[in-house]
Amino acid sequence: MDIMQIVAVGIISGVLSLTIKKQVPEIALLISIAAAVLIFFMVLPKISAIFGVLDGISARIRGDLGFIGTLIQITGIAYIAEFGAQICKDAGEGAIAAKIELAGKVLIMAASTPIIVALLNMITQVLV
Amino acid sequence: MEISVVFQIAAVGILVAVLNQVLNSAGRSEQATMTTLAGVVIVLLWVIHYISDLFRTVETLFQL
Repeated sequence: MDIMQIVAVGIISGVLSLTIKKQVPEIALLISIAAAVLIFFMVLPKISAIFGVLDGISARIRGDLGFIGTLIQITGIAYIAEFGAQICKDAGEGAIAAKIELAGKVLIMAASTPIIVALLNMITQVLV
Repeated sequence: MEISVVFQIAAVGILVAVLNQVLNSAGRSEQATMTTLAGVVIVLLWVIHYISDLFRTVETLFQL
């Protein structure tokens, strides 16, 4: 049922944005941004439910490396970076979009280094 | 955050577009530019409010 609403919102916003793209392109872009934010808020309850389940699972694992929290952070960084990059592409600013994606990748690498280090330590312990 | 927000923004956009055409045909193109600018600024302040809501929600949700 939800997907129908989301697709309806997307199509309506697309058509509205197109009607005024020729006269006032700026507001057309703002309409697409508002639609993107609206669709995210429509999906939000499902996301928080999934993260609740993930936290439940990670609580049950004994040697918790905290990687579930980092996974969630990486997902957040990836989502916001993609959100910004896509909007910049819509506005025709491909260069800015590429820079945003680069920053996203760097931040994801920064967030994931603790896990990589923990993994390597675990492997060396097993081998030695 | 409802669908009505998108409709209100579209309404402002269409109003600005029509005003633009009317003012241009009346020969006052500088006023047309001013109304376009005013419309864009109003809608931008409106959308920025929702974008900051989104960022705050994402921060709390994704523990960033």
